[in-house]
Amino acid sequence: MSAHTDIDAIHGDGHEHEHDDGIGHVSLKGYAIGFVLAVILTAIPFWLVMSGGFKNSSTTALVVLGFAAVQIVVHMIYFLHMNTKSEGGWNMLALIFTAVLVLITLSGSIWVMYHLNHNMMPAMMHDMQNLP
Amino acid sequence: MLRATSTAPVTKMSDHPDLAKLIFGRLTWDAIPFHEPILLYTFIAVALGGIVTLGAITYFRLWGYLWREWFTSIDHKKIGIMYMVLGLVMLLRGFADAIMMRLQQAVAFGDATGYLPPHHYDQIFTAHGVIMIFFVAMPIVTGLMNYIVPLQIGARDVAFPFLNNFSFWMTTSGAVLVMMSLFVGEFARTGWLAYPPLSGIAASPDVGVDYYIWALQIAGVGTLLSGINLLVTIIKMRAPGMKLMQMPVFTWTALCTNVLIVAAFPVLTAVLALLSLDRYVGTHMFTNELGGNAMMYVNLIWIWGHPEVYILILPMFGVFSEVVSTFSRKRLFGYTSMVYASIVITVLAYLVWLHHFFTMGSGASVNSFFGITTMIISIPTGAKIFNWLFTMYRGRITFELPMMWTVAFMVTFAIGGMTGVLLAVPPADFSLHNSLFLIAHFHNVIIGGVLFGAFAAINFWFPKAFGFKLDPFWGKCSFWLWVVGFYFAFMPLYVLGLMGVTRRLSHFEDPSLQIWFQIAAFGAVLIALGIACMLIQFVVSFRRRESLRDHSGDPWNGRTLEWSTSSPPPDYNFAFTPRVHDADAWWQMKQHDYRRPTNGFLAIHMPKNTGAGIILAGISTVLGFTLIWQMWLLAGLSFAALLAVAIGHTFNYKRDYYIPAEEVARVEAARTELLASHV
Repeated sequence: MSAHTDIDAIHGDGHEHEHDDGIGHVSLKGYAIGFVLAVILTAIPFWLVMSGGFKNSSTTALVVLGFAAVQIVVHMIYFLHMNTKSEGGWNMLALIFTAVLVLITLSGSIWVMYHLNHNMMPAMMHDMQNLP
Repeated sequence: MLRATSTAPVTKMSDHPDLAKLIFGRLTWDAIPFHEPILLYTFIAVALGGIVTLGAITYFRLWGYLWREWFTSIDHKKIGIMYMVLGLVMLLRGFADAIMMRLQQAVAFGDATGYLPPHHYDQIFTAHGVIMIFFVAMPIVTGLMNYIVPLQIGARDVAFPFLNNFSFWMTTSGAVLVMMSLFVGEFARTGWLAYPPLSGIAASPDVGVDYYIWALQIAGVGTLLSGINLLVTIIKMRAPGMKLMQMPVFTWTALCTNVLIVAAFPVLTAVLALLSLDRYVGTHMFTNELGGNAMMYVNLIWIWGHPEVYILILPMFGVFSEVVSTFSRKRLFGYTSMVYASIVITVLAYLVWLHHFFTMGSGASVNSFFGITTMIISIPTGAKIFNWLFTMYRGRITFELPMMWTVAFMVTFAIGGMTGVLLAVPPADFSLHNSLFLIAHFHNVIIGGVLFGAFAAINFWFPKAFGFKLDPFWGKCSFWLWVVGFYFAFMPLYVLGLMGVTRRLSHFEDPSLQIWFQIAAFGAVLIALGIACMLIQFVVSFRRRESLRDHSGDPWNGRTLEWSTSSPPPDYNFAFTPRVHDADAWWQMKQHDYRRPTNGFLAIHMPKNTGAGIILAGISTVLGFTLIWQMWLLAGLSFAALLAVAIGHTFNYKRDYYIPAEEVARVEAARTELLASHV
């Protein structure tokens, strides 16, 4: 066995990384597309709210939230250069993990707090309805 | 603010009440506990001890040495050691609180009220919990990862060396604030998680909860940054050839723990920020009126709190894995399943938080969901226990101290795990919650898991860090006192918990309970002796260091890369970056007749020390203190200073230097000579 060659003569600050792509491809076109999309995705909800929106205000809120979610994706792809390959896939993995945790935290909290409210004693529920 | 300002008794201040208030905020002479004899004597003892220590440092002219070689050091090894020292020092403080509580509970029955007034007792149990988790367990875990991980992956330092130093000092800054609360003002009387409405401004108008908030916020900065740092280090700085599935198990568990830290600690920061908004600017996030909901605090803090438990225990699982395979002279059984178990625990850790408040009023579906996830998370942990057992099976086991701690861990942790699964059953939890059964359970897993793991790790890696082994005789004394003391101290609490005794009580009516508390107090005394033996072990080992010397760098016939370098390792860790072919890289190199390179050295690029970390953390301590006492003028000034120093540091371009090739050659030649003379 060539045991002596176990040592690589990499020197100085040398930690040789496997080939990282670093951040994805950056171009003016990408930024322009991102900017236009971001403007459109901002303008529509703005118009929606200013023009009075749907009859049911919670529908309006849901639509605005939907646009906001798409806006997040646009920002991540065009401005933060998110793709499946950057940093050897670690960026995407971290994003998925974060998304899963945020989902667990939000939906879990809403579920738990809904249950708590639901199980409150009727007298307390009455108090809560009188809250501002 | 709701708080009534106390009329200042100091004449000088009352001349200009507005000016005094601007400068001193809520701080008056009343805040110094002259009227509490226990605190006063403690203060005198601490002050004398402090003066002697500082005097000794000055007398032996060690300030320059400490500043240059330790305080400003960005060497991951020195920072790791400083973390361990911080953890052990705070262990003494946390244990002092523990034994005071044990003593109080052993005597305060019927007419006897004990020696601690309730408002003092409440501070003690809060401080005990906060210190043991945030300033003992966390520094020890972080310190271990700091020291071991770069060595195990064949790196020369962590990814962001300056950040590492800064993180350490921020953690220390939090610890300093908690210690200050002992003598200036008071600490929270709320329990270690400071649930509102008790921790709200209406029920706790004094500074205790503010000390709690700012100590944890400042220490939290350190923890989060060190989490990011180690995460990047493990992902980006592994030696060539080391694939993910070839990382040592300790590094794997460190990776999982740092993922948990990065994902969980921001939740703690956010929930404490919301609590401080309630307290400082009068919002109603967690109050009982105006739409606030205190239960949201409980929900959010446990979303951080449960992952925190795994942040503490996962690295210790890694320690036990390294120890078991080293002292069984066998490859770890089920490496792959060990890794996947850690990953499964990492994800599941986020799905069980509600089991900390089953009784808060959720319905059956919520409780059963979280009860079942809690039972599921015990499966990967159980798989790990079996992996260690199968590693030991037919191994050539040598019962050195690290191995003894590991065996004690497996027995103790299995018991703690089983009582945990009992508590995971919601109907059982309804009668056991907040009882001493719960207290016994989590001490069973935290002492039996995290502390025993820390002691295994200290005994295991001490020769690597300092170049000599720890004395086995005093180590064994410490081991037996700790283990036996643990069972004496906590088994009675299971009994008491089953009888319905709740936690955090400073006085009892029923005299038939007293015997159990006395047994528990006896256990605490044994543990105190165990701690004393550990300190004696350090002193004796230092005095006998020549006979305990490790010349080889590999005293246990180790398996991973940290044992391939000298003990203690040179500043640059490895003269050449190793190339890795196997999970047990050093073992594989030894099997294949590895020979150290003795020539062809090159200059090594290293990061340079800087004082910015300790200065920033020092200013943060002042900022925290001024915010606690609402000294707005000083708070503004120290915040400005913080920004100025941080920006100033970005203009420091002299951040690196080269260790010349001749220097490397000299150090390596000295080691070659040493190895040759001790074959």
